[in-house]
Amino acid sequence: MDYKVDEKLRYTKSHEWVRVEGGEVVFGISDYAQNHLSDVVFVDLPAIGKEIHAGKACMVIESVKAAEEVFAPISGVVSARNENLEKSPELVNKDPFGEGWLVKVKPGNQAELAGLMDAVAYRAHLETL
Amino acid sequence: METKLHGWHISQGARMVDFGGWDMPVQYATGPREEHVRVREAAGLFDIDHMGRFEITGPQAADFLQRVQTWDVSRLASGRAHYSMLLNDAGGVIDDIFIYHRPQSWLVVVNASNAPKDLAWLQAHARDFSVSIRDLRAETCLVALQGPAARQALQPLCPDLDLGGVGFHHVVECTCAGARIVLCTTGYTGEPGYELLLPASGCAELWNAILESGAPQRVLPCGLAARDSLRAEACLPLYGNEIDESTDPLRAGLVRAAVRLEGHDFIGRRALAALALAPLPELLVGFQMVDPGVPRHGYPVAAGARTVGRVTTGLWSPSTGKYIGMGYVESARAAIGGELSIVIRESPKAARVVARPFYTSPHWR
Repeated sequence: MDYKVDEKLRYTKSHEWVRVEGGEVVFGISDYAQNHLSDVVFVDLPAIGKEIHAGKACMVIESVKAAEEVFAPISGVVSARNENLEKSPELVNKDPFGEGWLVKVKPGNQAELAGLMDAVAYRAHLETL
Repeated sequence: METKLHGWHISQGARMVDFGGWDMPVQYATGPREEHVRVREAAGLFDIDHMGRFEITGPQAADFLQRVQTWDVSRLASGRAHYSMLLNDAGGVIDDIFIYHRPQSWLVVVNASNAPKDLAWLQAHARDFSVSIRDLRAETCLVALQGPAARQALQPLCPDLDLGGVGFHHVVECTCAGARIVLCTTGYTGEPGYELLLPASGCAELWNAILESGAPQRVLPCGLAARDSLRAEACLPLYGNEIDESTDPLRAGLVRAAVRLEGHDFIGRRALAALALAPLPELLVGFQMVDPGVPRHGYPVAAGARTVGRVTTGLWSPSTGKYIGMGYVESARAAIGGELSIVIRESPKAARVVARPFYTSPHWR
């Protein structure tokens, strides 16, 4: 099966993506992740101001199948949430790299970004699964 | 274990899951939400070949059934079908079943995971009767075509039978795409439709013929995820969730649907009659989330800081756009409108007891 990979983003092994927007970092889950979740029916977003830690569970996405944890790709403080997901959680399935973004974070340590995979490395990671 | 249509599911790239030892399609590429909606609006085709089915024959077949199951089959005319249960001596639910009165036999359809247990139990009680029980699983294939367009989709394949003349909960033999089949107007989706007992030989061709015949109606193959959300909206119980051997039809609110307490002396009747005299400790209710969140099987139900029950089924309901569920709660908490909370990941979320079912199809004639 072919999964979309956005060339401009950076990725974690646990299938989160990040994009730097000014002083903030936006993140969401990849096309591979949304496909494996199946239809998303609820996104339990973290509160604004919540501290999250790279590699640690920071929120839950509920699909028709199960509740799945999302791991923070970087450490920082949640500065914005995609409130559209409350009414339309299916955006995570329909447009995982765009309208289906999850939260924005003020990063605590910019250096963590360098540790994430680029699109080429992530695609290679998908090949191994 | 694999159904006779397993190869077809794999060839379609279905996502497979273990269901009671059966490798079953949980969804196809379209996804469960679309599959669910298609059954409500048009029709869906389900592989339910994993389900157990037994043919019961013999001079004492009816007497045997009166002993082992809860519906009074003396009131079930030939050609009719009814929901029923097998109970243990304590009134606990061994299984919920469908029973079909055929001209020369009775057909009993049971849950896949319970089929070996049911067969052993039926055989043990059959010793007292002049009756024979035949397992039909190897020689037949069971599929379900469900939804308001099911009749239109199937009719061209069944030229010798006017499907419009077959009422709900009936069973009839007919020719379908050249094969002799048993057509049952029953289902597990809350929509009109059919459960079709096909000959095992050529069943994949029949499956394809139904999809082809139903192409104008946009018939879609559907997996277990859609089957579960459809039955949950219609408040049809799932064995292992709403009912099991530790629950009884009284607290599950299924007496009217499945049990005739007067008229025949079935196993478990005395226990049920005794239970009916005392207040029930808990009742099955339907609830709707007030706070958004997905209730799931096993989550605690609370009132204030106190646990008052447990969730048996929960889901986001595609037909109503709401988060809904069923669960057992202390009887005093079961009134419609009552406020409860569902404990989701340690956090209580407000919910309200609502009338069941959550969804009633507008397509019943």
